[in-house]
Amino acid sequence: MRTLTKLSWIEVKLFIREPITMVFTFALPVIFLFVMGGVFRNVPDPDVYRGVGAVDFYVTAYMGLVMLAIGVVGIPVHLTAYREKGVLRRLRASSISVWSLLGSQIIVSFIIAILGAILIVILAMLVYDINLPKSSGLLIPAFILGTLCFAVIGFLLGALFPTTRAAQGVGLLLFFVMLILGGAGPPREVMTGAMRAIGDFTPLRYVILILQDPWLGFGWHEQASLITAGVLVVAGALSARFFRWE
Amino acid sequence: MDIIAVMSPIIEVQNLRKTYGQTIAVSDISFDVAEGEIFGLLGPNGAGKTTTVECLQGLRQPDSGRIRVLGLDPRLEATALRRCIGSQLQESALPDRIKVWEALDLFASVTPNALDWHVLLEQWGLAEKSRSSFSSLSGGQRQRLFIALALVNNPRVVFLDEMTTGLDPAARRVAWDLIKAVRDSGTTVVLVTHFMDEAEKICDRVAVVDRGNIAAADTPQGLITQHASEVRVIFTAEQSDLPWLAEIPHVQRVTRKGPRVEVEGGGPVLALVAAALVEHGITPSDLHVEQPTLEDVFLKLTGHSAGE
Repeated sequence: MRTLTKLSWIEVKLFIREPITMVFTFALPVIFLFVMGGVFRNVPDPDVYRGVGAVDFYVTAYMGLVMLAIGVVGIPVHLTAYREKGVLRRLRASSISVWSLLGSQIIVSFIIAILGAILIVILAMLVYDINLPKSSGLLIPAFILGTLCFAVIGFLLGALFPTTRAAQGVGLLLFFVMLILGGAGPPREVMTGAMRAIGDFTPLRYVILILQDPWLGFGWHEQASLITAGVLVVAGALSARFFRWE
Repeated sequence: MDIIAVMSPIIEVQNLRKTYGQTIAVSDISFDVAEGEIFGLLGPNGAGKTTTVECLQGLRQPDSGRIRVLGLDPRLEATALRRCIGSQLQESALPDRIKVWEALDLFASVTPNALDWHVLLEQWGLAEKSRSSFSSLSGGQRQRLFIALALVNNPRVVFLDEMTTGLDPAARRVAWDLIKAVRDSGTTVVLVTHFMDEAEKICDRVAVVDRGNIAAADTPQGLITQHASEVRVIFTAEQSDLPWLAEIPHVQRVTRKGPRVEVEGGGPVLALVAAALVEHGITPSDLHVEQPTLEDVFLKLTGHSAGE
């Protein structure tokens, strides 16, 4: 437990000391917020954005984007670099368990996801006068589920990618495909059928839905939450199967 | 009854074997390590030393053989074992941006009996580097940090794999003294090295490892006495011809390189050569003897030098 606490704290500091992950997790969502907010404003339109204002729509989408950046770029690149350089070997030889390692990544994910969400909400409130969440009580479990889901996806990708270069390349590809088609890019209403179909295969879509529905007052998105939980369980089982120290 | 005689060894290895595909890394290795000694595994790169200690640490699964470290089987009880041992590994690293003190603090947290890492920082000359990131350390500083990390959990057995690689001569001597102090405080040390002088200077016992097997194991002096007992008596002499040197009892070989004369032989050869020289009116002021070293033992046992 002491090791988990220390490792988590060190990992938070390492995360903050790494400029590239900082850009992906904090800067990109903020840039998107201002670009999309600047173009579409926050006026409800019945034909797009599920009938709400664009910024109200995107606030939760960008919370999901922070989780996505952690899960497909941050953790996988971090873990593969650790394995490639022999850091995992070093940790293992000092009896630091896989649970401490996974646990620290989950804790870091939560801290970064919460900080990212606060940043986005504050900026959106200041600049675009957004609506506050309608049901905060449902938003919290959705936030926990979404963060866990992407943390474990990150662990799985970190177990699967053979090299850091592969993790960076494929991770970025996954990031942008999910970003554009999974609900944080153009509104679904203007996408082609094929784009929507691909979007339906991205975990980001469901994570955004479970966050968005409580925020907008649409209640708990049961189907999306089940899919998210399913992805979480499958990714967890697969990473237990494929994780290797060296 | 002698207490030491009944104490079981802290490490037992019997018929250890490990192959990677067609390559035999460890063919058949057996040895025991007694509590409180510095035990050296000496051999050239690729002899199987590192594979052997990785099996002892539970980092690799041997193909066959029986291993006990602190009474534990590294195959089955690796996690419990790793808490009681310290490891300095080759080919390992820390995150680039981790600070020296953070690494020590983290590795100390695995056990409640950890040492005060501030003391280790001082001892290993890293106090000024405490707030530096791992990537900014020199090779020697990294190496010293890894040794400190191996010791920070106050292990009962510490494995040091090529610990002085990358250290300058002064730092090597400091490291040797510190490792002897670690041994004196009760920790058993397993030292993997290809440096003959290192093994000779600090190991209580040495196993000579060659091509996946142990060629011999004993105290450094025991190995030398048993496998390379000849000394070299050296002096300079102006006389061109000294045929009587070869007649002296115990002398086995005489070689000349200009005025420099080398007489090889065993037992009391130094005294006999000295007496004969005086008798013939030769009193060289540079008469001295070179004792055989582990290097000579190694050459004799393996037929090649450690660098090959």
